[in-house]
Amino acid sequence: MITFHLSTRSNVPPYVQLVEQVRQALLNGTLQPGDRLPTVKDVVGSLAINPNTVLKAYRDLEREGLVEGRQGVGTFVLRRPDGPPPNEQAALRRSLASWIAKAQRAGLADADIESMVRTVLRTAASEEAIA
Amino acid sequence: MSTAIRTESLGKRFGAKWALRECSFDLPAGRICGLVGANGAGKTTLLRMLAGLSRPSTGLAEVATRTPADDAEFLAEVGYLAQEIPLYRRWTAADHLRMGAQLNPRWDDQAGRDRLRSLRIPLDQRIGTMSGGQRAQVGLALALAKRPRVLLLDEPVAALDPLARREFLSTLGEAAADGELTVILSSHLVTDLERVCDHLVVLADSRTVLAEDLDEVLSTHRLLTAPRRDTAAVERMHTVLRIERTQRQVNLWVRLNGPLHDPTWEATELSLEEIMLAYLGMTQPRPEAHVLSEVAG
Repeated sequence: MITFHLSTRSNVPPYVQLVEQVRQALLNGTLQPGDRLPTVKDVVGSLAINPNTVLKAYRDLEREGLVEGRQGVGTFVLRRPDGPPPNEQAALRRSLASWIAKAQRAGLADADIESMVRTVLRTAASEEAIA
Repeated sequence: MSTAIRTESLGKRFGAKWALRECSFDLPAGRICGLVGANGAGKTTLLRMLAGLSRPSTGLAEVATRTPADDAEFLAEVGYLAQEIPLYRRWTAADHLRMGAQLNPRWDDQAGRDRLRSLRIPLDQRIGTMSGGQRAQVGLALALAKRPRVLLLDEPVAALDPLARREFLSTLGEAAADGELTVILSSHLVTDLERVCDHLVVLADSRTVLAEDLDEVLSTHRLLTAPRRDTAAVERMHTVLRIERTQRQVNLWVRLNGPLHDPTWEATELSLEEIMLAYLGMTQPRPEAHVLSEVAG
């Protein structure tokens, strides 16, 4: 079972944060096919958020085919999203963490790091489009 | 989705002063709606009319297509928690539950007891010896034990510490997750509203200035910034809440009523707090920006 958390300083809408946390947990192996997600009421109770936020997140995951809601039983994991296996995922995460630590030591603020990542991602995407 | 609450040109006058006027909005069933407004904007007046405790001077207040002030039987289906949380200080929580059971046809005593037990609030403790957070939880448990279709909460968390506030909102969210409950919650604490609400009604100067789903509010409001220039085109197309001009730059807080065609405006997302401030400031005289512009120039 995973527990959710919510950053209120983030500009990312709460339901997207929940979706991302489930995806991350699936990619890094914390959640496995067959596992049950916390009930809507449990998530609402632990985070003090709107029930519709949780429903919306679960519906999104369902549309992606990652989870399945079973009437009266709960929401269950069907499969991992496409991506590298958990160990490779963990290695990538570690190398990103060490890069971020380096950037912070060099004096980059978190917001600058985020915008740098976004810019590089965009550049990569457009180069791919050209190639 | 059906409408749980509808007001139309609703107004309330105390002597010569309008506490609320031209208040019109529809609230779909199942929403948790945040009610926002400066002190004296009419929030309590609106909630009291919806609860059937006060009669409108003009217009209409309907809860599930019935009119609370004219329909005593229907009041059983409306839960209302006043700001001061009116409980008998010398009574225990159990005393209040017993009274509730006698006065309300749909009373769910077990749910009330279970809720208080899960919060570790002793049923035999007198209200007067409880903390503010515990009193608020007892008030909420009683309002929920009525099994209302509509629950009206007037600044229930204003006096609570952050932990008690979180626990109160958790209880509220869980109750809403359980079933068919529509909630209006007035509060100044925008970060709380942002978490727990999915709909917003904003009152400014005794009028409704916004009534909409939260997602819609966040996706339609933007801060537009451009080098100093004419704003007439934007003002024609979109709703401008606030303008700030300096010698070199114009900032517009807007509600976009369609796509933004002019690419010279840079649009940034606004937080809910910034949006609320723009609405609440709308009715006050705009501060002149000439001092700022001198600095900028």
